[in-house]
Amino acid sequence: MIKIGLDIGSTTVKCTALDENGRLIYKTYERHYSQITEKISELLRRLRREVPEADSALIAMSGSAGMGVADACGIDFIQEVYATRVAAKNFIPDTDVIIELGGEDAKILFLSGGMEVRMNGSCAGGTGAFIDQMATLLNVPIEELDGLAEKHEKIYTIASRCGVFAKTDIQPLLNQGAKKTDIAASIFGAVVNQTIAGLAQGREIKGNIVYLGGPLTFIPQLRKSFDKALKTTGLCPENSLYYVSMGAALCAEKTIDLDKTIEKISVYRGSGNFAFNKPLFKNQQELDEFRTRHARATIKKGDLKSYTGKTYIGIDAGSTTVKAVVVAKDGTLLYSEYLSNSGNPVPIVKSFLEHVYEIAPDIRIAGSAVTGYGEEIIKNAFGVDIGVVETIAHLTAAKSFMPDVEFIIDIGGQDIKCFKIRGGTIDNIFLNEACSSGCGSFLQTFANALGYSSEEFSRLGLLAKHPVDLGSRCTVFMNSSVKQAQKDGATIEDISAGLCLSVVKNALYKVIRVANPSELGKKIVVQGGTFLNDAVLRAFEQEMGTDVIRPEISGLMGAYGAALYAMQKTGSKGRSSILNTEQLKSFRHEIRSINCGGCSNNCRLTVNTFNDGRKFIAGNRCEKPVTKKSPDDSMNIYQYKLRLLKDYTPVAGKRGKIGIPLGLNMFELLPFWHTFLTNLGFEVITSPFSNRKLYLNGQQTIPSDTVCFPAKLIHGHIQWLLDNGLKSIFYPCMSYNFDEHLGDNHYNCPVVAYYPEVIYANMREIEDIMFFHEFVGIHRPKDFPKKICAELQRFYPDITLKEVKEAAAAAYYEYDEYLKKIRLYGQKIISKARAEKKRIIVLAGRPYHADPEINHGIDKLITSFDVAIVSEDVVSVNEKKRPTGVLNQWTYHSRMYAAAEYVSRQKDMNLVQLVSFGCGVDAITTDEVRAILERHNKIYTQIKIDEITNLGAVKIRLRSLLAALDE
Amino acid sequence: MAKLVYDNTGRLLFTKEMKKEYTILFPMMAKIHFNIIKNIFAKFGYKVELLETDGPEIAQVGLKYVHNDTCYPAILTIGQLIHAVQSGKYDVNKIALLLTQTGGGCRASNYIHLLRKALVKAGYENIPVISLNMSGMEKNPGFNITLPLLRRIAAAGLYGDLIMSLNNQVLPYEVNKGDCEALIDLWTKRLTIILSEGHGFKRAELAKYLDKIAEDFSKIKVNKTPKIKVGVVGEIYVKYAALGNNNLERFLREQDCEINLPGILGFAMFKVDNRIEDYKLYGGSRAKYIVVKTLMNFLEDYENLVIESQERHGFKPITRYKHTKELVKGVVGYGSKMGEGWLLTGEMLELVESGFENIVCTQPFGCLPNHINGKGMIRKIKQRYEQANIVAIDYDPGAPRVNQENRIKLMLAVARENLMNKTEQ
Repeated sequence: MIKIGLDIGSTTVKCTALDENGRLIYKTYERHYSQITEKISELLRRLRREVPEADSALIAMSGSAGMGVADACGIDFIQEVYATRVAAKNFIPDTDVIIELGGEDAKILFLSGGMEVRMNGSCAGGTGAFIDQMATLLNVPIEELDGLAEKHEKIYTIASRCGVFAKTDIQPLLNQGAKKTDIAASIFGAVVNQTIAGLAQGREIKGNIVYLGGPLTFIPQLRKSFDKALKTTGLCPENSLYYVSMGAALCAEKTIDLDKTIEKISVYRGSGNFAFNKPLFKNQQELDEFRTRHARATIKKGDLKSYTGKTYIGIDAGSTTVKAVVVAKDGTLLYSEYLSNSGNPVPIVKSFLEHVYEIAPDIRIAGSAVTGYGEEIIKNAFGVDIGVVETIAHLTAAKSFMPDVEFIIDIGGQDIKCFKIRGGTIDNIFLNEACSSGCGSFLQTFANALGYSSEEFSRLGLLAKHPVDLGSRCTVFMNSSVKQAQKDGATIEDISAGLCLSVVKNALYKVIRVANPSELGKKIVVQGGTFLNDAVLRAFEQEMGTDVIRPEISGLMGAYGAALYAMQKTGSKGRSSILNTEQLKSFRHEIRSINCGGCSNNCRLTVNTFNDGRKFIAGNRCEKPVTKKSPDDSMNIYQYKLRLLKDYTPVAGKRGKIGIPLGLNMFELLPFWHTFLTNLGFEVITSPFSNRKLYLNGQQTIPSDTVCFPAKLIHGHIQWLLDNGLKSIFYPCMSYNFDEHLGDNHYNCPVVAYYPEVIYANMREIEDIMFFHEFVGIHRPKDFPKKICAELQRFYPDITLKEVKEAAAAAYYEYDEYLKKIRLYGQKIISKARAEKKRIIVLAGRPYHADPEINHGIDKLITSFDVAIVSEDVVSVNEKKRPTGVLNQWTYHSRMYAAAEYVSRQKDMNLVQLVSFGCGVDAITTDEVRAILERHNKIYTQIKIDEITNLGAVKIRLRSLLAALDE
Repeated sequence: MAKLVYDNTGRLLFTKEMKKEYTILFPMMAKIHFNIIKNIFAKFGYKVELLETDGPEIAQVGLKYVHNDTCYPAILTIGQLIHAVQSGKYDVNKIALLLTQTGGGCRASNYIHLLRKALVKAGYENIPVISLNMSGMEKNPGFNITLPLLRRIAAAGLYGDLIMSLNNQVLPYEVNKGDCEALIDLWTKRLTIILSEGHGFKRAELAKYLDKIAEDFSKIKVNKTPKIKVGVVGEIYVKYAALGNNNLERFLREQDCEINLPGILGFAMFKVDNRIEDYKLYGGSRAKYIVVKTLMNFLEDYENLVIESQERHGFKPITRYKHTKELVKGVVGYGSKMGEGWLLTGEMLELVESGFENIVCTQPFGCLPNHINGKGMIRKIKQRYEQANIVAIDYDPGAPRVNQENRIKLMLAVARENLMNKTEQ
């Protein structure tokens, strides 16, 4: 009897039929555009026509989107990874490892030596959807991505965990003129990294490797990237797309009448019990009233050609679009362009200027300003007078519509900017850092995936009866939720409205984290391209429970604000230095990428050369490649800390070498342990400050892909020590830290406390050496020597308690001295800054945030704005324990609360908090630190850091803070 | 509305006056246990209500008032409480909210504070919040965990653990559907009466009733067929609460599995034992050590009663805490105590050892101890027991049920294959 297998994936349906001998006799593959049941019955009908003997057959279904249909139609459901495994066992019996990438999933199957399957968890980084997203960003079809990658010369580091991070890495590269070929190859590299780091989790991928699934079938360069990373040549077998479906067929046990089954599937409409929200509009009349109300927010418009007065040009080179305007001196909008940014804003701005000069050859441009991601390159390329940070540009524009505006929210393609305004200046800023789920590009990607333009798609939702409740989390989860809702019978209208609601909820509850609208004030201006969408706008008003203003030029506000800003700053006397008609004609622009080599960061620099010989360098983290000078670190405590740590060098001793991984709490305790062990006669070898390579060397052994980045780095440090031949490594567990009497307890966070256990359980090589990871209590100096002596004697029986006591005394002394040095230096920075009237920022985090690979050079970025930096531990000592709104029980965090209290009373100080992505504890501390600061009318600024290397968003944030302080 | 009284840190207290007038709401976790416990509170003069509300709006309310990156159990329990406050069902001037607080280095010790913040945000700062903890934190004049109350709660915990364990062993095989459920209902009612009449918590009576319960379950007619055996471990809330784990228990039963959830007694013993381990690892007061040690002996004696009752009636007894602790040696240290700590690893080892080699490790998104003792230890467990078939599932407000079930189904597919191989042999 014929065996039929169906594979209902997140984007496609595959159908195969096997004959009695298990040979593949029929296969077909199509995208379903979420019309799942229609597509299944269509494919089965076709099968029925082409394979007449399949009228009575065995059938089974598999695939992530197939479960509901299978259940409802009485077809056996086979878990898809299991199906893959069955097919592989059948067709390629000597397979050791299968790597399968699908639309929304990534899997590794280890078949030999202990069967194991790994699927991507709550994250879709590294899947087909991710590659799709990236192709859209580069504005090339997927097939072309492959061709591009083939010609690459360089690989950039792109965060692979989430499409969002990758975008924030890629966008600046594009804006800075990096080549698409290199970016394409880098995207594949990112997918490979993600798959290996996220899924292999310590298990080696070796032996006969088989590549399956769409992306790996269609993209040879992706296979090559895997081959390179795994140092092998994997096999992409014939029918590599159909393994799940063939596996299902092989498992098929249930005989069915195909015609009847087709009938059943085609009438299946889901259970219809998805969760939904109230409709956006009750009826057409309500929609009409809404439209009339918003049509009132207009501005004066004029004619560029006939206007003869002074003009101002504003350009907003955003992440996905370029907006540019010409404004008259009374604010009349004379001309505007809104263009899609296909990666490089330079030619777009050039053509904008050409159009302007064509329409008005005698134009008098008194001033010009540029804002947005592409600010620097556009400013340099075209001689724009002023660069203005986006937040200020938007505020300037919003004020022209509503002088007493209290809150502005701008939702763009992939960024959200919100600011609260108090007394006419920016009081608080919210930017999306780690999440783009509240942004427009998601809506667009989704619309396209379903076969609609984004305008069409969002219109569908306006009168939807039951907008799907999709929650407010990651876009990837939304993808799956949409899938589920469709299965449960939601219409495309309901989904459209649901997605618009999600965008709003994400913006409100994830980015701004507002609990009720009154917090944001009554006077709200919304802007940004995404609000041009009526459904999003309505969802926003509904969720906020208040009417808002959407300026007619909602999508142009950044550019319009920049023009107004230029007007304010240059006045009417000026003449803009922006390229004139003649200069524009001879404008040429070349891009070259080089490695800096100025320091250990090895930044990849993109050098833009213009026709008149001017150069613009991008990608640098410091000013060195530009000014050829080392940056001045004298006002930067983070650099001082690194210098101090470097002083703890190995001293040869009778007990031989012992390694210490320089990560997490070791960043502060190195002085303690180094002194302790050196005194005991060990030669202490410390792993270096982290870098990318060190991280990648250890990532194979990370068991939990959602743990914080600083913890993940430890694997690299341990690997470094192992690679350097160390036979002993010292990395103790510590539930408790020192009690600094600033809190109710003095714990370490669970990850810091117990990470040595994770290392012990997950790094195989550690089993072959002496790995000291016992529990120690340095918080009890009296008990400590005796306790640790007993533990040490298990490995080194000749160690005496007397030795240990002396070593401990020296260690405690050294630790105190180390902290004293930091505080003294910090005080010096503060005094010097005050004498020079510089601003002081308390960059508050954990001790390990001083690691350059963790903070990505944020400290240097801040000092480049001519601001002094101290850390939380410098000022926390000035405080006593105070009641907090949370249980204050972690030593490192107590310091932050104390630092916040201290900063609150200092006029020239502000606090910026560094938060590691995935740090659970900081969900609590950030709210509390914010509350302390805001109680004293201080601006709270938080920067989330992860693997990302792009400082663009951080820069906006800091510039906005400084601009707000200057107002 | 009672007079509002604050302590010197500005915390709103639950007063004696409130005890008379107010209804105390608390979120559901382990159904069998909590249903018995709720009735004990009533006996001690508290008006309590156990929230059994369900549905996606609870997580939505939680997300609205709690930091979105906080652990999922916080979002759910606080969401459930605020949802109830806002439901209009209660007089907001006459309710108090209760949450447990463990007091360890885990974020869970902060739920109480997050709840208070959420109440302020939602505009209910006049609702008192009660911390139920064993560490002497946050005392309230109107709410005292007295020794008699504590003894009854401990007894209820024991009964709950026993009934849960028996139910898990019998239910998948019962011939007459509904027998187990009826018996649980019967005993919940019976124990309520027994405990409120001042019986059933002293050692001899405890032994008597534990034995009777086991006896009753042994009388249920069963048909033993080979079934997939699945153990469930994880962060305590998502492990037990159907709201937290998308009704994992029901799903596994629908998949025709025999389930094993290690009990709450083990967790309680672990928390007590931590103090002993702290003393051993870091030093401390000898007197405290002796007090805790006595308490530990007391709990071990209780545990023994449960085990004996099960053995006497032919059931697989719950695994002794001491044994679980022994299994962890060489895998993870006893100092790892935050959250579920090494006990989570221990339970996985114990389950595999006792034939429940298929395991769902439930992990709320953002749970820090789970990175260490859950996901972090799976490799080591598989190193010891090659047959271990463990799937770690993330629970979170946005994680769709379909993906979770899909992953569990994969684990079950492998389990089914193993089972078939075994029965063929």
